[in-house]
Amino acid sequence: MLSVNDLSCHRGERRLFSGVGFQLKAGTCLYLEGDNGVGKTSLLRQVSGLLPVSVGQISWCGKPIADNEFFRKQLIYLGHNLAMKDDLSAMENLQIDAAIAGQAVDPDKVLSALKSLGLKGREHLPIRVLSQGQKRRAALARLLTRQASLWILDEPVVALDVPAQAAVGRVLKAHLEKGGMVLFTSHQPLPMAIPSASITSYRLQG
Amino acid sequence: MNPFIAVVRRDVSLALRRKNEVMTSVFFFVVVAALFPLGIGPEMNTLRLIGPGVLWVGALLASMLSLGRMFAGDHDDGTLEQMVLSSASLPSLVGAKILAHWLLSGLPLVVLSPVLALQFDLNLQAIEVLMATLLLGTPLLSLIGAVGAALTLGVRGADVLLSLLVLPLYVPALVFGAGAVQAQTAGLGASAHLSILAAMLLMAAVFSPWACASALRIALE
Repeated sequence: MLSVNDLSCHRGERRLFSGVGFQLKAGTCLYLEGDNGVGKTSLLRQVSGLLPVSVGQISWCGKPIADNEFFRKQLIYLGHNLAMKDDLSAMENLQIDAAIAGQAVDPDKVLSALKSLGLKGREHLPIRVLSQGQKRRAALARLLTRQASLWILDEPVVALDVPAQAAVGRVLKAHLEKGGMVLFTSHQPLPMAIPSASITSYRLQG
Repeated sequence: MNPFIAVVRRDVSLALRRKNEVMTSVFFFVVVAALFPLGIGPEMNTLRLIGPGVLWVGALLASMLSLGRMFAGDHDDGTLEQMVLSSASLPSLVGAKILAHWLLSGLPLVVLSPVLALQFDLNLQAIEVLMATLLLGTPLLSLIGAVGAALTLGVRGADVLLSLLVLPLYVPALVFGAGAVQAQTAGLGASAHLSILAAMLLMAAVFSPWACASALRIALE
């Protein structure tokens, strides 16, 4: 379980937000709303541990997330940068991605992950020849190739077409049904597949 | 797959798909080392005297050429974020990147150095010592340079700043590296110089990945 208490974020002299608090229980999904520039990405980076926290607490199963190896094992963070090498294929990228995360992944699992996101037949093409949306699909396939209970996704469906958005919705739904947790932002309408009972919205205000 | 081995393999295979980046620093080394004998002329004694120093300065500048790209690619495409968030320790992943940098821009220089040393009329023993110093010295250059590369990551005009930061730190390696060959030719034996180089390499191997990891965390904030 993830809990965030009284969190604030300062970038330089400017205060982005303060007093942010929420909890994320197994099988639920938090949809973070807010205008451009209000600090959604900064909040997600703080919760994932990329940005240091000066005021407030973020804890995972009762322990602070700083220097918490157990937390990092349970986390997948996907930000605006897709962490895909242009010269490598989607297949190679996903295998290396899992290895960097300290997990082993079966090639068949990578192929089926790419297939379920509509990249069948493009597994071995270099990422640089794919379109923006296809790159994003390949990056999202790591949600299926890695084992983690908390997914932090910064605008996961940007640049995706309608069928791909639906596919992402199905992936999120399956994850929630298995007791996973998702924290995400999006300016697009929510994918239909996610049952509304498991979604909580949180509006971030400056 | 072990994360350390995975990162080394990835960096090497990426570099082999973009051969021009590796070849640039290797050719730079060859060209610099070839220009000196041409400029100075066939004065054997002078060439023998400056040979080790020229080869070492060439190796030092060549390994610095590729430093700027060491973390920049991973920083730009977000792989660095994934490394920081990995459950594997960041210093070990950084160590893998440093090892890959040495394999691609240090090891080729060690292999080429005997051929280039012939232009400076170095004898066989001097060439052996030169290779030994480069074998100990080039990984040291990669380790020291990595700290500079991590500190200047994301800074505007990073390349110039990087050389200002790193070149002074290369001085001990240069002094003992080139000094070893001269000591050998003077009949004093090179073992003292080589021991000091090995000691510096061990120190750097222990501390540099940790320093890099801290600098990279700051660069991502």
